Amino acid sequence: MEIKLFGIAKDIVGKKVLKLDHSPANVELLKKYLIDEYPEFSNLNSLAIAVNHYYAEEEKTLSKYDEIAVIPPVSGG
Amino acid sequence: MAVLISKDTLDTQKIISMVQDPLAGGTDIFIGTVRSETDYKKVTSLFFEAYAPMAEREMQKLINQASINWPIIKAVIHHRVGHLKVGDVAVVIAVSAAHRKAAFEACRYILDALKETVPIWKKEIFEDGQVWVSAHP
Repeated sequence: MEIKLFGIAKDIVGKKVLKLDHSPANVELLKKYLIDEYPEFSNLNSLAIAVNHYYAEEEKTLSKYDEIAVIPPVSGG
Repeated sequence: MAVLISKDTLDTQKIISMVQDPLAGGTDIFIGTVRSETDYKKVTSLFFEAYAPMAEREMQKLINQASINWPIIKAVIHHRVGHLKVGDVAVVIAVSAAHRKAAFEACRYILDALKETVPIWKKEIFEDGQVWVSAHP
């Protein structure tokens, strides 16, 4: 499973794409994995996951065919 | 295109012309530019990054929602990415409507919602460091 990283998430992990051998089953578990591996994620104002370009709920199941991205607090405009 | 994430300089006149319509009695335009300081600290430049396909989808969603909330005729949102210097245009939002109230209110809604939901990130670069805006409490 590949996870796209943007903004401060890219800085926290130290790369643009995070490759995982074993895929978390849903969004909630992916977030837990990220916070466990990179505790800095818990200091952010918010942490969202996008699946196929849509904001995803915690229960949303994940497959390796999905396009998954970490969305840290946005600051456009 | 009504929504665009662009690496190139935004063409404000072109964006305004895109929302013109014989039925439009007014056009409201918001132009967001890079300012030289934040919290009294001198900003040397800004870096914008976007998750482009999702950002464009979210921006289209804002136009769709604005069209439900107000009787607008056309709306365009273009946002720049990359390194920008002081004075550069970062975002242009143009909304046309038959009457001014809908144009003003829809334009404001789009900008406020864009700052909340569209996956675009701004990094402020100072003389002595840099920070991703709004990342931390």
